[in-house]
Amino acid sequence: MTVPEPSATPADGDPRPAEPATQATQATQATPVAAANGEPLLSVRDLVQEFTVRERGGGKAGVVQAVSGVSFDIMPGETLGIVGETGSGKSTLARAILQAPRPKSGSVVFRGKELTRLRGGSLLQARRHMQFVFQDPFGSLDPKWKVRSIVDEPLVAYHTGSGAARRKRVNELLDLVGLDPARYAKRHPRELSGGQAQRVAIARAVALEPSLLICDEAVSSLDVLIQAQVLNLFERLRAELGLAYLFIAHDLALVKQVSDRVAVMYLGKLCETGPGNAVYREPLHPYTRALLDSIPSTEPGSARASTVIKGEPPSPINPPSGCRFRTRCPRATDLCATDEPMPRELATGHFVACHFPLTEAPPAEAAGNGSGHAAAPAGTETKTSKAVR
Amino acid sequence: MTDALLEVEDLRVTFAAGGREVRAVDSVSFAVSPGATLAIIGESGSGKTVSCRAIMGLLPTGTAIGGSARLRGTELLGLSDAQLRRHRGSDLAMVFQDPARSLNPTMRIGLQITEAIRTHRKVSKAEAQTQAIELLRLVRMPAAERRFHEYPHQLSGGMRQRVMIAMALACRPKLLIADEATTALDVTTQAQIMELLLELQEELDMALIMISHDLGLAASYADEVIVMYAGKIVEQAPAAGLFGTGGAVRMRYTRALLDAIPHLERPAHTQLPVVGGRPPDPTALPSGCSFAPRCQYAEDDCRATVPALAEHAPGHRWACWHPCENGGAA
Repeated sequence: MTVPEPSATPADGDPRPAEPATQATQATQATPVAAANGEPLLSVRDLVQEFTVRERGGGKAGVVQAVSGVSFDIMPGETLGIVGETGSGKSTLARAILQAPRPKSGSVVFRGKELTRLRGGSLLQARRHMQFVFQDPFGSLDPKWKVRSIVDEPLVAYHTGSGAARRKRVNELLDLVGLDPARYAKRHPRELSGGQAQRVAIARAVALEPSLLICDEAVSSLDVLIQAQVLNLFERLRAELGLAYLFIAHDLALVKQVSDRVAVMYLGKLCETGPGNAVYREPLHPYTRALLDSIPSTEPGSARASTVIKGEPPSPINPPSGCRFRTRCPRATDLCATDEPMPRELATGHFVACHFPLTEAPPAEAAGNGSGHAAAPAGTETKTSKAVR
Repeated sequence: MTDALLEVEDLRVTFAAGGREVRAVDSVSFAVSPGATLAIIGESGSGKTVSCRAIMGLLPTGTAIGGSARLRGTELLGLSDAQLRRHRGSDLAMVFQDPARSLNPTMRIGLQITEAIRTHRKVSKAEAQTQAIELLRLVRMPAAERRFHEYPHQLSGGMRQRVMIAMALACRPKLLIADEATTALDVTTQAQIMELLLELQEELDMALIMISHDLGLAASYADEVIVMYAGKIVEQAPAAGLFGTGGAVRMRYTRALLDAIPHLERPAHTQLPVVGGRPPDPTALPSGCSFAPRCQYAEDDCRATVPALAEHAPGHRWACWHPCENGGAA
């Protein structure tokens, strides 16, 4: 079976101005790609998603730059974890890959097909191999349907087999996710606990034997013991079905637990990508360091966040020039405000988009700068707010 | 402990649900010293929130509450609403999980804080406004004067939680109960809010009860930790007695909670040690230890008799027939 050559050019109908286009080319050259041979299962290049915010009355109030030039690959059977805070654009990224809604520009090649150009039936067929698990299982399961119908739905939608064959398949799927079909197939979602409901959502997602499962905060709403059960289920499905995952969460430790590679997202851009162990042992980006320091540890006192980063993420409507993290970064200099850092490979497969990565000595300018960023927007410094006013 | 700020003894809370009795809290006793931080840890439905709401007098009428909760000697349980109002705010205050739902979306935050101040104190509007802005500064709200005139939807989650803390601190309470106050926040914001709470605690000499499902949070920030399961305390110890090099978890359930937290040190793609099943139905608790049906170390005595919570080591109480040796680290 021959795989059609993925198109090298970005989606057409994309009149991009000259300057960002050159930036995009640079970014593509140093794109974080798995150091493995063969075709990637999913290849995302320079993906951009923007939303227009309107004022009352319909006037344009601004453009939310939710995803701004994100590139990565996922190899078959590989798990890429994306970690980021609320508003970093990680969920928008997942939906843009799914073409729901379509991204503004960029390329998404999945199993050799350029999804941004497919429509109608061919898009449906391509998406069959890419399934989604969402955060809130009760929100993603129809409350009026029984578990059997919920898991059966994708089988019906893609016309797989007779009623009896589908019935057998639903039982297999429920068994696979650890739910006894005799007990659970006839229940409604309200008769399930959160963990059980999430298992149903997972059974539905793997029903069509996808090659990629996109999990968007799929275990975040579960209690820790139930969360561990579901994480183990994901792990088992990976081994048994050879699934690749795009695992999106805000919890770095959780992402690292399930991922081969981890990407850190901040305000619409990937700031660091690398093997899970490397990102955690030797973080290169100051933001990754801050995330790691914020995780409460079970060693008392020891992990009292030593470097709590100040302030809140700036608005994606008007993101900072240059490096988007610079307004909260202890190492930021004038360069960070003028030049956008491009991803660089500092160790094998370990990319960082930072002018002054943590492996290098802090820039001299920033040393005396401390936390008083001159260009910081309101919301950055806290203790001096009185003096400033 | 006579110097305790809050002494809770044999607290029992029972709801009537569909003709059946739900024992949400069963024989819970603990004490909080002035200025101390107590963490109450447990899964959804373990009774941690209900315990604290019982103390605050925030449970629906018709709930059967037994036992005693004394605030510096004054019994809180059984007080009328009017009597309780004198304690709420000035002695006890509470911050909830979801600041978006706790704030009135149609009122500017300044007015909401001013209202909280004027409910408890006879001060002029102008004076209350000055105090409200001071409170916003106290909780390190950036650009406090500007935020004063904004609506909740104009603030981020972290800032909304700062507003809730500001309101809770309006009358400088002696005890602040933070019910999953950082659960809905991002990890960096969570760290900021926890640091803020600890700083304020020191500045105002305030005791803090943090209710959470996160043992890591308890280990990082609390002096003392209580672990609840199915309405009962199953383990209670100083944080240093549970975590870290000098600590040892004894109750199997606490161990399971600790093991289920994804650690950065754990290699990727390994199976997490898990306990199967889920917490028992509170209307039909098992005889014996309520964790026994999920516990791989359970023996016949666990299923027959409820283990009592007893002090087996100085300051360290647990309720288990077959506790972990040496902390039981996996």
